[in-house]
Amino acid sequence: MSNFTKGLGVCLAAVLMSTGAFADPVDDTLVINEEIDIVTRTAAPAHMSDAVDEVMSGWLFRGTETRAMEADDFDNPGMIFVEQAEEVWNTADGAEGKSCADCHGASSEMAGVRPVYPKYVESAGEVRTLEMQINDCRENRMGAEKWKYTGGDMVNMTALISSVSRGMPVNVAIDGPAQSTWEQGKDIYYTRFGQLELSCANCHEDNYGNMIRADHLSQGQINGFPTYRLKNTKLNAVQARFKGCVRDTRAETFAPGSPEFVALELYVGSRGNGLSVEGPSVRN
Amino acid sequence: MKVSVFALVASVGFAAAAHAADVIPGDVAYDDYGAVEQSLTGTPGNPEEGAKIVGSKKLGNCIACHQISALPDVPWQGEIGPMLDGAGDRWTEAELRGIVANAKMMFEGTMMPAFYKDSGYIRPGKAYTGKAADDTLGPILAAQQIEDVVAYLATLKE
Repeated sequence: MSNFTKGLGVCLAAVLMSTGAFADPVDDTLVINEEIDIVTRTAAPAHMSDAVDEVMSGWLFRGTETRAMEADDFDNPGMIFVEQAEEVWNTADGAEGKSCADCHGASSEMAGVRPVYPKYVESAGEVRTLEMQINDCRENRMGAEKWKYTGGDMVNMTALISSVSRGMPVNVAIDGPAQSTWEQGKDIYYTRFGQLELSCANCHEDNYGNMIRADHLSQGQINGFPTYRLKNTKLNAVQARFKGCVRDTRAETFAPGSPEFVALELYVGSRGNGLSVEGPSVRN
Repeated sequence: MKVSVFALVASVGFAAAAHAADVIPGDVAYDDYGAVEQSLTGTPGNPEEGAKIVGSKKLGNCIACHQISALPDVPWQGEIGPMLDGAGDRWTEAELRGIVANAKMMFEGTMMPAFYKDSGYIRPGKAYTGKAADDTLGPILAAQQIEDVVAYLATLKE
């Protein structure tokens, strides 16, 4: 048997395995509190239709019990942190003596914000994440201390702002002034970092549905962030998750809030355009 | 060249002889197909050690991606790469050595990490700390560990 034939055999085996595994995400539907319909799978956005046909929420890759926890706010531990953030929302802080509510009204007024972030912010002249906007408010509108990028106060507040957009489709803009940042994020997504030389795509585009040791690989969608993880029993910010992933390739990670991770969040967010906002979701 | 010089040094009896005789990662000779004929150490691999390395999360962790029926006690065998049952029938020892050392030489673009390589990385880290690698960065497995894994894989016959 020539090496070529052997190689072909291995490639073919890999193709067959991964094709078979596409059936692996469960066939199930998510309705939160019996009233919010969540789109957990839909046609891939045009910009990635050559990579996958369908985009799927990580919810479809988790076990029955974990999925059930997200379907009811009384069972979703992430909602405790949303309640905490609701108090903070209504409490004045900083030299200006203002609360979030003083300018924005009820937290429910923020519906529609989460789905379009990260986005290019004209007044800032850059692509910004929700976290960056929150800290801009705190520093420049409230005269308050900035929060740590992935700290508890920050992740709780992003959970509150996500929660009021649950069920709305992710709709991150990739063109116009955001395009160069989006391209940078795409480059990062396909770069094989670290000593294990793994890109995001190796696991989350080429192998979703497959097991890597005890982990059931998902598409790595971020529509569910921040996410309550049973593993560490707290809310996890998306860029903290990015950091963990890059670390696990035996690479030098990027810092949460760095230009590289902002670009990556924009790009990965856009890969989930059409899925519903789910945060705070529940994962393992 | 370097190998024979090291071997000479070793034979004269200087310290760390066993390691000094190893083929260093940058000197591994891959043939046109990505196989490596020459042992990396000159010491035959120990298949029992190899099985431990293959199954251990802290060493090779091959099982993270590949299934091996002969290791039923190792839980959570992955499904990323091909099953390794019968690998010893399908591949020669030289081919196995090449695949384990750096599979990209045989399969361009493969997801499989190179286990005996110490340069050419993008943002290499210091193991799993997330921090930058320092000048102690070496291959993921030592030369003799590669030989042990190869010896074990060669025992996997249908």
